[in-house]
Amino acid sequence: MRYLPNSQRDREAMLAAAGFGSAGELFASIPDALKLREPLKLPGPFSEPELVEFFKQMAAQSGRDYVSLLGAGAYTHYRPAAIDALISRGEFFTAYTPYQAEIAQGTLQAMFEFQTLMAQLTGMEVANASLYDGSTATAEAVLMAMRLTRRNRVVVARSLHPEYRQVLATYVRSLGTELAEIPWSASGELDSEALRSAINSDTAGVIVQSPNFFGVIEQVEEAVEAAHASGALVIAVVTEPLSLALIKPPAGADIVCGEGQSFGVPVAFGGPYLGFLATREKFVRQMPGRLVGQTQDRRGQRGFVLTLATREQHIRREKATSNICTNQSLCALVATIYLCLLGKHGLKVLAEQNFAKAHYAAQRLASEGGASLPFSGRFFNEFVVRTPGRAEKILAALQEEKILGGLHLRRFYPELQDHLLVCVTETVRRRRLDRMVEIYADCGNSRASRRSNPAE
Amino acid sequence: MSYPSEFLYTKDHEWVRLEGETATIGITDYAQKELGDIVFVELPKVGDHLKAAEPLGAIESVKAVSDVFAPISGTVEAINAQLQDKPEIVNSDPHGEGWLIRVRVADPKETERLMTADAYEAYLHQTQAH
Amino acid sequence: MKSRVRTARPHVNQNEALIFERSTPGKCGVDLPPLDVPSASPAEALGSLYRDGIEGFPEVSEVEVVRHFTRLSTWNYGVDTGIYPLGSCTMKYNPRLNEAVARLEGLATDHPYTPETLAQGCLQVLYQTAECLAEITGMDAVSLQPAAGAQGELTGILMIRAWLTERGNPRRYVLVPDSAHGTNPASVAISGYQALPLKSNERGCLDLRELSEAMTDEVAALMLTNPNTLGIFEAQIQEMAALVHARGGLVYMDGANMNALVGVARPADFGVDVMHLNLHKTFTTPHGGGGPGSGPVAVKKFLEPYLPSPVVERSSDGSIRLNHDRPKSIGRVRAFYGNFGMAVRALAYILANGPEGLRQTTEDAVLNANYVLARLRDVYDLPYPPPCMHECVLSDRRQAARGVRTGDIAKRLIDYGFHPYTTSFPLIVPGAMMIEPTESASKEELDEFIAALRSIAEEIEEDASFVLQAPHTTRVSRLDEATAARKPILRWNPSPRS
Repeated sequence: MRYLPNSQRDREAMLAAAGFGSAGELFASIPDALKLREPLKLPGPFSEPELVEFFKQMAAQSGRDYVSLLGAGAYTHYRPAAIDALISRGEFFTAYTPYQAEIAQGTLQAMFEFQTLMAQLTGMEVANASLYDGSTATAEAVLMAMRLTRRNRVVVARSLHPEYRQVLATYVRSLGTELAEIPWSASGELDSEALRSAINSDTAGVIVQSPNFFGVIEQVEEAVEAAHASGALVIAVVTEPLSLALIKPPAGADIVCGEGQSFGVPVAFGGPYLGFLATREKFVRQMPGRLVGQTQDRRGQRGFVLTLATREQHIRREKATSNICTNQSLCALVATIYLCLLGKHGLKVLAEQNFAKAHYAAQRLASEGGASLPFSGRFFNEFVVRTPGRAEKILAALQEEKILGGLHLRRFYPELQDHLLVCVTETVRRRRLDRMVEIYADCGNSRASRRSNPAE
Repeated sequence: MSYPSEFLYTKDHEWVRLEGETATIGITDYAQKELGDIVFVELPKVGDHLKAAEPLGAIESVKAVSDVFAPISGTVEAINAQLQDKPEIVNSDPHGEGWLIRVRVADPKETERLMTADAYEAYLHQTQAH
Repeated sequence: MKSRVRTARPHVNQNEALIFERSTPGKCGVDLPPLDVPSASPAEALGSLYRDGIEGFPEVSEVEVVRHFTRLSTWNYGVDTGIYPLGSCTMKYNPRLNEAVARLEGLATDHPYTPETLAQGCLQVLYQTAECLAEITGMDAVSLQPAAGAQGELTGILMIRAWLTERGNPRRYVLVPDSAHGTNPASVAISGYQALPLKSNERGCLDLRELSEAMTDEVAALMLTNPNTLGIFEAQIQEMAALVHARGGLVYMDGANMNALVGVARPADFGVDVMHLNLHKTFTTPHGGGGPGSGPVAVKKFLEPYLPSPVVERSSDGSIRLNHDRPKSIGRVRAFYGNFGMAVRALAYILANGPEGLRQTTEDAVLNANYVLARLRDVYDLPYPPPCMHECVLSDRRQAARGVRTGDIAKRLIDYGFHPYTTSFPLIVPGAMMIEPTESASKEELDEFIAALRSIAEEIEEDASFVLQAPHTTRVSRLDEATAARKPILRWNPSPRS
C-alpha cells in the first residue's frame, strides 16, 4: 500500500521492541466476539491510474457541458487559477486547527485577514473565522439572538432560502422555539405590514435574506425599526455575497450571516462551502465559532492567536455558544485569496457585470421571450420569471440546447407554478442568453398558435 | 498570600466579608492562581436575587472558565465595575480591589456553613496533599 | 537580530505584512473579459441602496497575492512537513490523488440543483461512499449530510430524540463519560438534553456499575467514544449497550477514533445504534487548517426513517436519486447534500486501499502508538497500563515536579522539528500528553520523535528554564494570549492602533 511507510521488516522490529509476539496481540483488548472474522466486502485496492479512470467516468456523467442559470444559494463564478495553486501548498491544506500558534502563523494571519474582509464586506464590527455554510450560519445566528435576548420566538421571512428554513427548523425543534413565517408582497419584498404585526415582546429575532430567495433586494430599515422597538434583533442573511460589492450592507442589522461560496469556492454539488457570521463588537462573547486575535510575542513582534476560546465547546462543553469544532478554514482561505485577487476594484467591476447580464436577460425575456417578471423589486444577478407556457417544457427545451434554465420554484412554493428562479453570473455569454430568449419565444409562440387554432 | 481572618470561605474557593447586613464576595488567592491570567469576569446585575450554592457568574482565564457560586443567598447591591476593563485585578489583589459583588444578606444563618480562615487553610492543605 | 541589508530578503520570511498594509490604490489581481451586454447603470437603478466599492478592501496585483500567501504558508506546519501526533485528531497523510479527482470538471462544477438525470456521477459518488461506510461500520444506513463531526453528533442525538418521542417520551438526559471530547456535551445541550457526566474507573474505562446506577428511565442515550480518548478499547461495550437497551435507551458512538478499528472490528457488532465518522480524520480528507470536515452518520435499520432528508437511493433502473419524501426524518441539518467534495476524497482513499489496505492501515496505526508508548514509558509517566489502541496518553507528572508542564514540553518539541502532541486532554489526566502517531509515520521518523521527547526529558533535568522558554527557533516566540483575550483585536483597522 503506497500510503504506508513501514516495511514488513520495520513492523516486525517494532512489534518486538514493544513486546508483542504478533500483530494480532495489538488488538488483545478487543473481545474476540467483537472482532471481524472476515475481510470487509469492499472493492479495491486500486492503483492511481485506475482511480483516475473511475472518477473521470463519474465526472463525465454530469452537467459539465451545460451553461448553468442555477443560483438559489450556490453560484457559478470564475475561479482564478492562483487559488488552487496556493491552497494546494501542503502547509495550508494539511495543517490542523491553529492551536499551536508558533507554527501556525500562516493560517492565523490569513484568518485574521478573512475576518477583516468579512467585517468590511458586511459593514459590521467583527466577523468570525467561518461556520459550515450559509444555512447553519443562519441557525447559529438565531441561537445567538435567543441567547442575547433570552427569548424563544423567531420571525422568519418566507423568502429566506427554503433549505435554510428547514435547517433552522431542525436546529430549534427540540428547544421549543416558535417560528413565525411572514409572506412577501407584490414587489417580492418582505410584507412590512405582516412583519410589524408578527413581532411581539417574545420575539428574539427577525430573519431577512437580501437579496432574498427570489433575488429581490430587501430594504431592511423597516424591519430593523420594528424589531428594535420590541427589543428583538435583526439577522440579515446573504447567500450571494458578491451583491455586497454593489449594494449597501443591511443598515442596522445586528447579525449579518450567510454563504461565502461565491468567493472562489466551487459549486461542487453543494459543498464544502463557507458560512460567515458578523456582528457588533458588544455581542462578541455570544458569537459561535472560532476567532483569531492580534497580539504580541515575548519579543514584541506582532502575532496572531485563537482567542476568546472560552466560548467554545472544548472549554465550556455543555455551556458553549455552539457545538462547532471543525469549521471551513480552507474554504475561508479560498475566499480570502479570491477577495485579495479581485480587490476593491475587481469585485466592483465583477458585480457590475453580473448586474448588467442579469438585467439584460430579464429585460429580453420580458420584452421578446414572452415571459413576465412577477416581482417589481430591484434585483442583483438573480430574478424570477413567469414562463410563457409550462415551465417544464421550457426547461426541457433549454436542456436540449445545453442550458440549465433555472430552478422551478414550485419545488419549494406550490403557489409559484411556472415560475423560474434564474441566475445570470459573469460566466454566461450573451449568445447563450439570446438563445434562451429565442427558446422562450418559441415555446410561447407554439402555445399561442395552439390556442388560436383549437382544431390542431 | 495569607487568608484574612475576618473573612469566611467556601469549598469552591469564594470568600465573604460581612459588614452588618452587607456581604462582599470574591474569589480566593488559591482560586486565582489555579485559573491563571484572568481575562473576563461575568457578574450578575444589581438587583438580581442570588441563591446560596448557585452560580452567580463566571471567571474566565485564557483556557478555562470557572463558575463562581454564591456563598450565601441575597440581593445584589453592587458589582465591581472596574473588572469589566481590568479583570487582571482579580489576579493581583483577589482579597481586596478584586472583589466581585456586594449583596444584601437574605439569611444570616447561612454564614454558619462557611469556613473560617484557619479551616479553609486546613482544607487547602488537605486537598493539595492528594 | 537586526539585518543591515534592507533591500534584500533573507531566505526565511521573517515578516509579511497584512495584505491590507500592502495595498496601493489602482492595482488589481484579475483582468475581467469585456462585458458583452449593454452596461446597466446600477447606481441609477439602485438609488440609495447603491454601494460605491467596499471601503478598506485591498488593491494588489496577482503576483503580490501569490507571494503573500506563499510566504504565510511557510510559517505553518502541516502533515506534509512531518509527523503531526495530535491525539484524537488523526493527522494522517492526505493523498494528492484525492485532491486531483475532487477537482475534476463535472464533480467540482455540478450545481446542487442540477437535474438528477444530469448529476448521476455526483450522486453515484455519494451513494457508493455511503455504501462503503455502511460496510466499514457494519451499520445499515448512512447519511453524508452532516458537515463535520460535531454536526454528526447533533444529527444522531436528534434522531434518538425523534425515535423516543414517537414512543411517548423523549427523556431528559444523555450520559457522557468525563473523558469525552467537548463537542459531545455541547451537542447534547443544543439537542435539548442535559449531559450527565459518567466517571471513568481506575483502568480509564467506563464502569458498568456506575452506568447501571446512572441509567434511569429518564436517560435517552449513552454517548461514548470507542476506543475512548485515552486510547483504550471499552471492552465491556456490548454489556453496556445491553444494559442501556434494557432500560429503553439507545447507544451513540462517537467515531472519532475509528482509525483504531477499520477492518478489525465494527461498531454495529458492539450494540451501537447510531454513530458518526469523521472523514477528515479516518478517511484522509485534509484538515485544511481547521476544516472543511465531514461527519457522516451511520444507523441501524430501525433509525433509518429518521435520517436527515433527502436520502440518496438507488432506483430499480439502477439510477441514483434523491428521496425527499421522508415523513419521519428529523429534517435537514445542512443545505444541499453535505460536503460532497469530502465524499469524493474519502471514496478515493477507500478504493485505493481496498479491504486489506484498510486493515493494514489500522494495524500500523495501533503498532505505531504502542511502539511510542513502549519507548517513552520509562521517562514519562503512564497513567493507564498498556496496550493502547491508535493513541497513547502519557503525563507530565515527573516533569511537573521540576515546574515543567505538558504544554512546555509540547512547545520544546517544536524546536526539534515536530508538531506537538495534544496537551491537557483528556481532562481526566492531569498534564496529559496524548500522542497519536497514525500509520503515516515511518519507523525512522518515529525513532527521531522518540529521541526528541527523551532528549527533552533530559533537558528538563539539566535546565528546566530553557524548556520553559521554548520554542526558540520559530518566527514568533510564545504569544501573549491573556492580552489578546482581555482587549480583543479581531480585525485590521487603518487607524494608528494597528
